[in-house]
Amino acid sequence: QEIRKVVQALEQTAREMLTLLQGVHQGPGFQDIPTKCQKAREHFSTVKTQLESLKTKFPAVQYYRFHEHWRFVLQRLVFLAAFVVYLESETLVTQQSVAEILGIEADRERGFHLDIEDYLSGILTLASELARLAVNSVTAGDYSRPLRISTFINELDSGFRLLNLKNDSLRKRYDGLKYDVKKIEEVVYDLSIRGLSKETTGGAGGEK
Amino acid sequence: GYRKRKHDNFPHGQRRDEKENVNPSSALMKSFKSFQLELDTRHDKYERLVKLSRDITIESKRTIFLLHRFISAPNGEEILHDSQVKLDAIRRKIRQVAQELIGEDMYQFHKAISPGLQEYVEAVSFQYFIKTRSLISIEDINKQLIFKPEDREDTSMIFNYRDLIPHTLSLKVTPVDYLLGVADLTGELMRLCISSVGNGDIDTPFELSQFLRQIYDGFTFIGNTGPYEVSKKLYTLKQSLAKVENACYTLKVRGSEIPKHVLVDVFSTKTELIDHEECL
Repeated sequence: QEIRKVVQALEQTAREMLTLLQGVHQGPGFQDIPTKCQKAREHFSTVKTQLESLKTKFPAVQYYRFHEHWRFVLQRLVFLAAFVVYLESETLVTQQSVAEILGIEADRERGFHLDIEDYLSGILTLASELARLAVNSVTAGDYSRPLRISTFINELDSGFRLLNLKNDSLRKRYDGLKYDVKKIEEVVYDLSIRGLSKETTGGAGGEK
Repeated sequence: GYRKRKHDNFPHGQRRDEKENVNPSSALMKSFKSFQLELDTRHDKYERLVKLSRDITIESKRTIFLLHRFISAPNGEEILHDSQVKLDAIRRKIRQVAQELIGEDMYQFHKAISPGLQEYVEAVSFQYFIKTRSLISIEDINKQLIFKPEDREDTSMIFNYRDLIPHTLSLKVTPVDYLLGVADLTGELMRLCISSVGNGDIDTPFELSQFLRQIYDGFTFIGNTGPYEVSKKLYTLKQSLAKVENACYTLKVRGSEIPKHVLVDVFSTKTELIDHEECL
């Protein structure tokens, strides 16, 4: 009951951040990226406070009893953190870093923590967002970004392939990843056959 | 269609190269490798618990069948004794469950073990009723699920976890599982009622009727505030209670003049009204 209130507050903050970051998909948004990330980081401190209050609502050892309440918003927050980090540095944020950004623990033993499956779900959402970003980069005239996104996503895909997933919701999300990969490949392909990308990898041009 | 053609033109060689370019010992890959291990360990544990839960379910069901034989069998004491042996064996399985859950959050694995525990509650409360004509409490059930470490291996495993009292291993049945187990118990008691009538026992049905009514009252008190599964069981409970009450009515009205097989028919009809013509 109390938990629900705090979760709602968290969801509100998450929504604000999402709207903010969605702006990067537009033309002028691209120049603006560093500012947006800055603003997003500020929002994260609100998140931290909210999570602090959430922690006090129940005994830490019963984390999983109430887990379902905040699972969605937590995954959303993971995605937002990953997106910000990617926009800043084009790397994958680690589970530990996300935990730090959110002000929570990384391991279960120490209390309110980030579950590995929630982290992975958030990352998968990042993949979809980047697929979209790749498409919009081209529209905005940035032809090199999609290539970098492509390398990044391929590495991510290889990583996920290492996992032995059960037939649960994470698995279903993961299945979506291959569509993201395909979409980005198509973008890269479209660029390379038109000679738009500065560095064509391998013998891409021939088949027109 | 369109997509397929597009991929036919796509230089597959390039795609394969790109995949091979992924460095298997990059930081990202390493972290995914550790995710793989962690997830595998978690899934394996879950499977072990599911297996244990299934074993507990099967053995509990067998115990219940055994106890049903108590009514009609001449060797009642022996059956009670055998049931105790079986329940002890089940408790050893539960002990294994408790061991798997050391240092873990029980709620993470609750779905794996819940069915087994409910069945166990049903079995143990059934035996308790036969012996004492009363309902075992959740506290008593959980008292039986405190395990003393038997050998050195256990003590060293338990030692380091701060949320347990050192040197004890235990499993707590949750109130929800307890309620669901008791709800299933009522079904078995209804069957008990039928078979005791079939044996010419005309006292047990009345005792059962009173007992079941008390349980029913308890459940009604909870009403719809509990989880969905409890409300569902409440419905079945009502039907069981109705059957038992009808049997008592029949016995009262007609005494022992009804041939047994007709009385048994009374129980098997789903309708609440008894057809008067049947007995004439």
